[in-house]
Amino acid sequence: MDEYRGVLVFCEVEENIAPITLELLQVGRKLADDLGVELLTVVLGSDIKRIADELVYFGPDKVYVIDDPLLKSYNGDACTTVLERLCEALNPDIILFGQTSVGRDLAPRLSFRLKTRLTTDCIDLSIDQDTKLLLQTKPVYGGNALAVYVCEVKPQIVTVRSKTMSPIAYDENRKGEVIEFDTEIDELIIRTTVIEKVKEEATGIKLEDADIIVSGGRGIGGPDGFEQIEELSKLLGGAVGASRPPCDLGWAPSTHQVGLTGKIVTPNLYIAVGISGASQHLAGMSESKRIVAINKDSKANIFKVAHYGVVGDYKDILPAFIKKLGELK
Amino acid sequence: MKEGLNIIVCVKQVPDPEGPPSAFEVDSESKKVIPKGIPPVMSPFDENALEAALRIKDEAACKVTVLSMGKRLAKPVLRKSLAVGADELILLEDNSFEGLDPYWTAITLSSAIKRIGTYDLVLTGRQASDWNAAQVGPGISEILKIPSVTLARKVELREDGVIVERVLPNGYEVIKAPIPSLVTVSNELGDLRYAGIKEIKAVQNKPITTLCASDLKVDLSQTDQIKLLKLYPPVWDRKCNFIEGQDAQEIGVALALKLRVDKVV
Repeated sequence: MDEYRGVLVFCEVEENIAPITLELLQVGRKLADDLGVELLTVVLGSDIKRIADELVYFGPDKVYVIDDPLLKSYNGDACTTVLERLCEALNPDIILFGQTSVGRDLAPRLSFRLKTRLTTDCIDLSIDQDTKLLLQTKPVYGGNALAVYVCEVKPQIVTVRSKTMSPIAYDENRKGEVIEFDTEIDELIIRTTVIEKVKEEATGIKLEDADIIVSGGRGIGGPDGFEQIEELSKLLGGAVGASRPPCDLGWAPSTHQVGLTGKIVTPNLYIAVGISGASQHLAGMSESKRIVAINKDSKANIFKVAHYGVVGDYKDILPAFIKKLGELK
Repeated sequence: MKEGLNIIVCVKQVPDPEGPPSAFEVDSESKKVIPKGIPPVMSPFDENALEAALRIKDEAACKVTVLSMGKRLAKPVLRKSLAVGADELILLEDNSFEGLDPYWTAITLSSAIKRIGTYDLVLTGRQASDWNAAQVGPGISEILKIPSVTLARKVELREDGVIVERVLPNGYEVIKAPIPSLVTVSNELGDLRYAGIKEIKAVQNKPITTLCASDLKVDLSQTDQIKLLKLYPPVWDRKCNFIEGQDAQEIGVALALKLRVDKVV
């Protein structure tokens, strides 16, 4: 009966172990302990011995390494196939991916390949004590509802939203085994090729990585208002975001858009300035750890999710706020 | 660009996601979200996918077929795709399509695509705004055994393949895929063009093909492998702490001090 065993975390590597991986290892460790099974992780790439060795200190019992020049940069065809083989060899009960550009590409394909089901963008995971199945919670309908799913086919695969789990800490006393998983990749299975990668000069920090985000909405009144938003975010070492109207109106670039049809973020601090709180915006930021809302309208929806609220004109409030923050630094 | 190619766009009908939170009533009993006073619309990312197809058609003559699936579909909402320039609309309507999970949705859509037969490019939105599953596109590519590229911000069809700009957190990558391929489209591609009154009127009586589950030869008798256990509205246990003061100056200072005490700045 119990042929599927273990919790497998898919490790993402940027230059080092990606932050999302440490978050997955933390929740993965907990799920594995609850089930009394091993925590496994897999890392794919080329010349990644160093990463594999380092992973041991972040909690997994076993680190599977698939090292191949063809895996040097992400390719969906190659990664889906090697993971399919690894899953057939290991029969993991649960597989965790990040809801990232790689996870969003890979997890759906792997789940269809393995003829199982997938729940994307989970913000909470736990084990049902009776059935030992994974309870998968995710926001739906733009965050207006939360759904809890349970999957009765194995493996149970999920992707997890960034920054919804705390990262696991480095512990040099941890012991784990590094195992090379040998598998041949036939070049013919790779059907898509990356011609080039273009880095876009984003001013400052990426929205997804920022610990602090200052966002502006329609209430900002025009592109000039974003200068104050930028000044505040710079002072805090954060990133600039926007709700949909400023992006539609051309006050802010569309890459800054936070919301259902934009980026979904969970920073430590989210400051919403002149944002009314349409559900499509809340879907992108309501899981932030601390939310401050500044809005003229005391009945604005944004105050329903805010921890701190200021009713007033941001043009009057921000100068004093920025000055005081500067003094506190 | 190559002429005479066939593009299939899969679009989903959803309650307008731009509606206020009060428009989405969560019925925990039936585990459904009941839209209140908001119209059905095409899911925004699917509109982006349709726009991607139309931009290809702007450059070179090709046929754009729109596929949509559901229990009961609002024809005017989907007819809009013809008004903006799609050539054919195929609706997959069946009682058994209600509440299907993404796995079975992808199987049903794939079956319809196979029935159409000739296709060079299949486009979907990156996710739907209702259940946010974000996997039907890649799923179709696995079932049809064609390559897929996710999160496109630009799609070009050439003689020898599809060129896609795929959104990355810090920019984008340019990917070349063969024909046929499946591409999922992100909002960065741009909004769907408007349809004028004249165009809407012109397609009012254009025939639409409707197919049901038996036409597609899909067996949907056992589709409950993934179960929705619970559906509930989010509970914000945040009593918003309103910062007060004599004037804006005092409030600004008080807010800064609060955040410092909380150690978030």
